[in-house]
Order: sequence, then C-alpha cells, then structure tokens
Amino acid sequence: MPNGIIVFAEHRGGAFNKTSFEAIAAAQQLGASLGQPVSAVVLGTDAARAGEVVAYKLDRVVSVENPKLADYTPDGYADAMEKAVRSLDPQFVIMPHTYLVRDYAPKLAARFGKDLISDCVRASVADGAVTFSRRIFQGKIDADVVANGEPPVFATFQSGAYRADQAARGGDAAAVESLPVEVGEVRMQPEEPFQEVKQAVDLTKADTIIAIGRGIKGQEHIALAQQLADVLGGEIAASRPICDAGWLPIDRQIGSSGQTVTPKLYIALGISGAIQHLVGMKNASTIVAVNKDPEAPIFDIADYGIVGDLFEVLPVLTEEIKKLKG
Amino acid sequence: MKIIVLMKQVANKDAILRINKSETWIEEGDLSYEVNESDGYALEEALRLKEKHGGGEVVVCSLGPQRVKSVIKDALARGADRAIHVVADDTVQLGPYAAAKVLSEAIKDEQADLVLTGLQSDDNGYAQTGVILAELLGLPHATIVIEVDASGDGLRVKRELESGWYQWYAMTRPALLTIQSGISQIRYATLKGIMAAKKKEIKELAPSADALGAAAHQRITKVYFPQKTKQTQFLGDGDAKAGAAQLAEKLRTEARIF
Repeated sequence: MPNGIIVFAEHRGGAFNKTSFEAIAAAQQLGASLGQPVSAVVLGTDAARAGEVVAYKLDRVVSVENPKLADYTPDGYADAMEKAVRSLDPQFVIMPHTYLVRDYAPKLAARFGKDLISDCVRASVADGAVTFSRRIFQGKIDADVVANGEPPVFATFQSGAYRADQAARGGDAAAVESLPVEVGEVRMQPEEPFQEVKQAVDLTKADTIIAIGRGIKGQEHIALAQQLADVLGGEIAASRPICDAGWLPIDRQIGSSGQTVTPKLYIALGISGAIQHLVGMKNASTIVAVNKDPEAPIFDIADYGIVGDLFEVLPVLTEEIKKLKG
Repeated sequence: MKIIVLMKQVANKDAILRINKSETWIEEGDLSYEVNESDGYALEEALRLKEKHGGGEVVVCSLGPQRVKSVIKDALARGADRAIHVVADDTVQLGPYAAAKVLSEAIKDEQADLVLTGLQSDDNGYAQTGVILAELLGLPHATIVIEVDASGDGLRVKRELESGWYQWYAMTRPALLTIQSGISQIRYATLKGIMAAKKKEIKELAPSADALGAAAHQRITKVYFPQKTKQTQFLGDGDAKAGAAQLAEKLRTEARIF
C-alpha cells in the first residue's frame, strides 16, 4: 500500500541546490494537509552527501547509493530513483523543477508509465484530494491540474514557489539510512562543468537596471534604453531573445540561464515576463513594466505599469527624469 | 545521417489570450499560430548537421490537427526533406506521456541517427515529451543542448546548466536531444525552397487508439489568469506619454530612486 511523500534533494558534489529545500517545504505542507509522512532521498556514492538534509523535519532521510552516482547522468539517476521509488512506495514524489530534474525526471516517470505534473507554483488539498497549479503559456495563464490513476504521483515545483526558510527543521530522522541500488548501463559521460567566460558585467551589483525584451524590435533602438540608463546611472540588461539575437552580449541576460539580480529599480521595457525571466529579477525593490499587452505576466509583479508603446514612453521618461534631477 | 525533428505548433507569442467559456482552455477560434520557438532551433540544428556531414535526411514530424500543416510546410521550405503528420484533432488534454507514445509509434521504424526537438513548448510547457520519447524508444538523451558535435561515431553535446554554467557530455548514437533556443541563427525559407517544398512528401498517420488513450495522468480542471502578487499602479490610463511623466514623478517621490 503506497504511503507517504518523498522529496528528491538535489546536490552537486554535496552542495545542495536551494530549490531542494523549497521542495522540502512544499512536501511538508502537502504532508501536513494529507497527514502523510515526508522523507527525503539523496543520490550519491555514500551517505556523507546527505548530511545537510538531516537537519530538516523529515520522517526518514535515505541515501540512495551506487558508485555510478558520483557524477550526475540521466541514465544513472533515473535508474537509481526508480529503485528508490519502488522500494519506498510513496503516494507522491516531489522534486524541484531544476535543469537537472528536467533532464532525468520525465525518464523516471516514464518507467512508471507516467508523466510529471511539472513546474507547479502551488498545491492545495480539499477533501483529501490534491490540486496542483502550474503556469502555462509562458506564465500568462494558470492551470489547475489533478492527477489521475494509481500512485505514485510525480510533481515538480518551480523555483521560488515555496520558501526554503519555511521548511521545518528539527529532524526526527536521527540518521541517514543507506539504500544501495543497482544502476544499469550509463550511456553518457559528463565532462567537468565550466563557466564560459568570466562575466564582464556584474549586474548583481547594479542599483538600477533597464531591461529590454522583444518589444524593442531592433538593435538600433537599444540606444533609447541606454539613454534612460545613463540619466539614472543604471546598467542595461535584457531578456533571453535579445541576447539570442546577438543584440546584447550574453553577460547582460537576466533570468534562469543568465544573472539573478535584486536592484533597487528594475525597469522592464517590452518584456512580457516569461517565468525564466521573472526568476532572475522578481526580488527587485521597485519594478516598473512597460508593455503593450495589458495581460503580460510582467505586470503581475510590477509596482508601476504603463500599458502602451515603449517608444512613446522612453523619450518622455528620460526627459522628465532629467528635468526632475535638475 | 538521418535526423528526425519533432515540431509543435503553438499559439502566437504576441496573441492576446482569452479563456474559453468552460474555463478549461484558451479560446482557440480566432487564434493565430506559429512554430514553437525552440523547435525552430531544433530544425535549424538538424539542417546544419546534415550539411556539415555530407548529406542524409531531415524528417519533420508534427502532431496535431490540419492547421499544423503550416508548420510542416514551412519546415520543408527551409530544407527538411520530408514530413510525417500525425493527425489528431484534440490534443489539449494529451499529456506528455501520451504525446510521446503517439510520436514513438510514428517514428520508431525510421531508425534515425538523431532525434531533435525543442526543450519545451511555449504553451503547455511540460518540458518532458522529448525525454519520455527517448525512454520509449530506448535512446540516450540530453536536454537543453546548445552545441552538437557529431563528427565521430558518437556524439558530444554541450548542455546549459543553471546560472551561466555549461557542461559537455559524450554520448552514444543514436540519441535524442532537446535543443535550447538561440543555438544558432535560423535561416529563412527561400523562394526556391518554398517551390521545392511543394513536391516533398507529407505522410499522414493516425495515432493508435491505444497510444492516444495512454492514460492521462494529469487532467486540467480549470484555467484562469494568475492572481496578482503585487498591487500594480497603472499609470497614464492608455496615454503612454502621460504615464511616462507620472512615472518619473513617482520614481522620485514614492520610490525615492533619485
């Protein structure tokens, strides 16, 4: 009889990804609502990796072990997690929606003839039934989703959906349990991770960031945004499509694959606000959004919004600020 | 080298979305469509690999109603050699497992060296169909790929990790790769390409009832616009210039930026 919730806690070489603790918080809240125990699983070569997770309030901490788990590979992780899930027989498998989880977890779910309820922002429980909410259409719309069929239910939670500091500490799990597993053939060999170039621009230090998106329409218009950046003493930045097009260098990209920033002022010009961008800037103190589409998700997190053409806004805004600054 | 590219048609990025009456999906009646962004890059990568390695075949495969023919024809015009259209009218509630199952039936006999697709769709955004398909086909896979080196017998792929980190993986071939947007500059279809596309084969397939029905493990019960987390002050009331002037004032007096 399947019971309980297990959380996949992700680490690289023992350094845990912060979203793992957010996933623990999500699982704990779900567990409290459903009256189900929550356990964590950590994959690696030995139990030493699981240390940091023991501090959390968890029923069990299971170290899933095999020498082939020294480095992450999708084949190795899917095999090991499949064994762990079959052995622990949970109702729910909760994971952080990281690049690593995206890489192997669909494969894991497929071993159970299933898919993942992926990238959730919330889970709510009514009459013992769980409704997951996920963002679709690049953050423009929310969908409530229910799971069908037999357990386990596999779900991943978006970075920032739950707060890591809300994960309850004070472990009942006194020790890490070792669970040695068989891992089959691994068909890929990872090389050392690396950073492309030393970031030339450190946007994390900027107090003011003027960010441009698709709405800027052409590279020749970036000068307009630069003028605003100049009067405010800020840095220019962009969403992914602008850097993909080569209009600005990649070290000015904000978002999940670029830099994460928390400036005092963030002005988003012609950026719709796909989640990949929002995760990189949503904690800015003051957020301004200019966009033609009143439903653009960027307005959900904006303090000030102007629905309109950024080419009308920019010259006036730059000029007015210049005047006010005297 | 034979490469299959999976391409999805999605709502146009700039389309103003409306919720349908039953609140189960968006209103599709007057929607305009385009190719899923990262799938376009997957096609470009396939065409470049074919050119670089002296030929072979690029086969486009798309699942959906007749309207997806526009994506297929565009891909053929850009240089794909032929296409497989798995015709299914209603794919809204088709989860990634069922979609992968349908696609696996359509392409399993093709014996491709590589299967490429985008890293996720711009509509449902499951980010799973490719990986599940790899599992169903028994292929190794890599996701969020930004460079492909297929010069030897095997494969070396550069993957994007989070926060500006990257990693190379050596893999065996055949394999399935999900491609990140921006991997290269996408070519335009030439007039010659558009003319040539008219003679290229588009094979229509019907998905098996078995695959289509492959247990939906998740069902959308309701869709709605996200609740705002912040109280946004909208400025200008439709007058962008007035809004800009008000904003400058607010940044000084309320936000105290300067």
